[in-house]
Amino acid sequence: MQKNNKILKIDYEKCTGCRLCELVCAVKHDRVSNPVRSRIRVIKWESEGVYIPVTCQQCEEAPCVLGCPAKALSRNEDLGRVEVDYTKCIGCRTCVSVCPFGAMHFVATDRKVIKCDLCDGDPQCVRFCEVEAVRFVDTRDLGLEKGREAARRLQAADRKAVSLLGAQ
Amino acid sequence: MALKRKIAYIDLTTGEIQVKPIPVEIRKQFLGGRGLDAYLLYNHTKKGVDPLSPDNVLLISAGLLAATCASATTRTHVMAKSALTGLLGSTNMGGFFAPELAWAGFHHLVIRGKAEKPSYLFIHDGEIEIRDAGNLWGRSTTETQWAIREELRDPEVKCLVIGPAGEKLVRFANVMTGIKDSGGRTGMGCIMGSKNLKAVAARGTMDIGIAHPEEALEFNKRFIDQIASSKVNQTQGTLGTPFIWGATNSWGGVRARNFQYNQCEFADDIEPERLDEIATETMGPHHMAGCFGCQVHCRARYKLPSGPYAGKYDEGPEYTTLGAFGAMPDCRNAETVLTCNYLVNQYGMDNLETGAMISWAMELYELGILTREQTDGIDLRFGNDEALVEMVSRICGRKGWLGDTLADGGIPASEKIGRNSFDYLVQVKGMNNLHSDERATPALALNVATASRGSDHLRSRPAIDLYHLPEEVLRKIYSSPVPYDGPLSSDHTVYEGKPWQVFWQENCYMAVDCLGICKYHTVFLGPTHPNFEDWAKVIRYNTGLEFTPKDIWDVAVRCNTIERMFNLREGLTRSDLKKGDMLNHRYFDEPCRRGAPGVVGRYIDKEKFIRMVDELYEHKGLDKEGVPKPETLKKQGLESEPSHRL
Repeated sequence: MQKNNKILKIDYEKCTGCRLCELVCAVKHDRVSNPVRSRIRVIKWESEGVYIPVTCQQCEEAPCVLGCPAKALSRNEDLGRVEVDYTKCIGCRTCVSVCPFGAMHFVATDRKVIKCDLCDGDPQCVRFCEVEAVRFVDTRDLGLEKGREAARRLQAADRKAVSLLGAQ
Repeated sequence: MALKRKIAYIDLTTGEIQVKPIPVEIRKQFLGGRGLDAYLLYNHTKKGVDPLSPDNVLLISAGLLAATCASATTRTHVMAKSALTGLLGSTNMGGFFAPELAWAGFHHLVIRGKAEKPSYLFIHDGEIEIRDAGNLWGRSTTETQWAIREELRDPEVKCLVIGPAGEKLVRFANVMTGIKDSGGRTGMGCIMGSKNLKAVAARGTMDIGIAHPEEALEFNKRFIDQIASSKVNQTQGTLGTPFIWGATNSWGGVRARNFQYNQCEFADDIEPERLDEIATETMGPHHMAGCFGCQVHCRARYKLPSGPYAGKYDEGPEYTTLGAFGAMPDCRNAETVLTCNYLVNQYGMDNLETGAMISWAMELYELGILTREQTDGIDLRFGNDEALVEMVSRICGRKGWLGDTLADGGIPASEKIGRNSFDYLVQVKGMNNLHSDERATPALALNVATASRGSDHLRSRPAIDLYHLPEEVLRKIYSSPVPYDGPLSSDHTVYEGKPWQVFWQENCYMAVDCLGICKYHTVFLGPTHPNFEDWAKVIRYNTGLEFTPKDIWDVAVRCNTIERMFNLREGLTRSDLKKGDMLNHRYFDEPCRRGAPGVVGRYIDKEKFIRMVDELYEHKGLDKEGVPKPETLKKQGLESEPSHRL
């Protein structure tokens, strides 16, 4: 069994858009408040009231790992994350280009890339998100929760259909 | 560091911009946000300045703790001499503008002069540009914000804007950011409009260093746990501020039909639960949204379910909206309230003042003081939803005789309408009262009568007075950080001890307004919420500045005194019905007609009220006329103001 099976799970519909996750991420990692240093970003369409937190998915076949010409990115199975070895990183930003989620960031002032490191197992974004839009959950039964929700909807639809048929 | 944030002096007439640091000695005296704005206003305006002239200054600020790792450090403050009241203009809003301003390198903007043509400011990473706003003039508050983002090609830009109401100098035009975050009171949008300033756009990527990051993080977490575990904020986070309206209306503390009744009956369609249903139906079960870094998430996202704007996205409505467009005009339909909410948000107009003005006009119409000719043919009776919606648009556009008259604010309108119309205008210092009815609650009546910006609940309201907390709990709250051993009572109908509660709350709210924290994170609705002791810690953890709780109290007292000095300089006199600390005669002469058994029949006893004002003045170190005593100024270090140190 793998040592760490937990991942960040984002239920974007629960996000209130407050961006506290961005704040605490920057303070935890860089000891400053600055959203451009956050490894998680709340993308917003304010005119529609849509808020979606986006961060690293810790991909199994990660494009950033595959694309890195300096082999500075690798998977750490103990911590269940993809991580940057800054002694090897050449700052070419290929990872930023290839990440399909926009979860790799380049901090212009420091001239270096940053990404989510799951706070070494205690993600601060999760700890501070009172509405649980971001959670740290086990991967083993990841789909089950969604499955239950879908099943409930199916059941409700089925009941409605039965009652409609009955009315005919 | 927060302390590195600068102050910018911007002259729109000449285009000259000067940037200066904010000295630590000034921080120690005034902290930042509203308190420092009050210092700047007193120092940068001359006595009797015409509010609409280029010599008036517009102050825009973030609090000392904006964007730091304290909780809900989201508030933007805007100040100027008000064209609505001729006295202190001051307004405060949530959203995301203040943190962005801080990340862009600034805490305070001092804007004077008048731009030759419509303009907006763009502030980014220490730079300030004055840009052309010709293509933005005439556009709604949201259209303006999205257009600026498009022009600057940056969706992360945060804007503080005015809508058409501000451009047309409606005296109670507001300043807005986002969909509905509004600095509503005292018409600061009108001052922006008078300066041809359509918007201030900010974008920042500069670090704000945190003095003690580990402690700041842990303390923030403690704050959140403390706040999230309280019932009041759980309810707030589910139903939003309408829950307060529902609760207050249930016992009879809401103005209905202008000021004829103190309870809105048959209001099922605008009860908080009904509005929650609408938000759930249109945006799903998780429809609450929060301001920056705040876990209270008290504002609802919804789409208008019906009416002329059906399908439009909006946020709110708030506690005040339900009073302004529900109870006061006696229009009890969700569709009407939501339509008006949408319109004032798009026009950029204070919902409270708009609703109160129309409700007052409705009462005058029913009394025959306003004729159908003067209403331009509108049948302006209470409960006429169509008339209400139409009047909102007419005021914004200054359309028709009445629209134009009401757009000038209560006192000028009463002078124009004449007869005894002024007697029915429920205002203090020229600003209409919010929709709450304080006839059964002496503490709340004292609050609205003496609030520095006119009739208002967010300056000194001891809202927890309504909870009937045990006296020992009240004593614990109100005896810190300065001792108090005078009377305190759990009974909200008595007069004893209330002046101290009002004085204490006035300092509590000033402190959070200086820090830039939301009032829902303090002793406003939650008696167990953070307090002076906690702020001393968050200031230290986030900025490294050392303040004792008593130091913060002293700053707040000082800032309240300087607001008082400004008002006195501009003509405040104690018993003046138009410019004083005095209530409309209806508080004294017309008893409550509805509500809980202990409320029906209540009114404010004038003699006892005057004694309360006397006592409040004593706490504040003012003489019988409400003027600071020389020893008060000396004690607070204000004897040589204006000192022109910044």
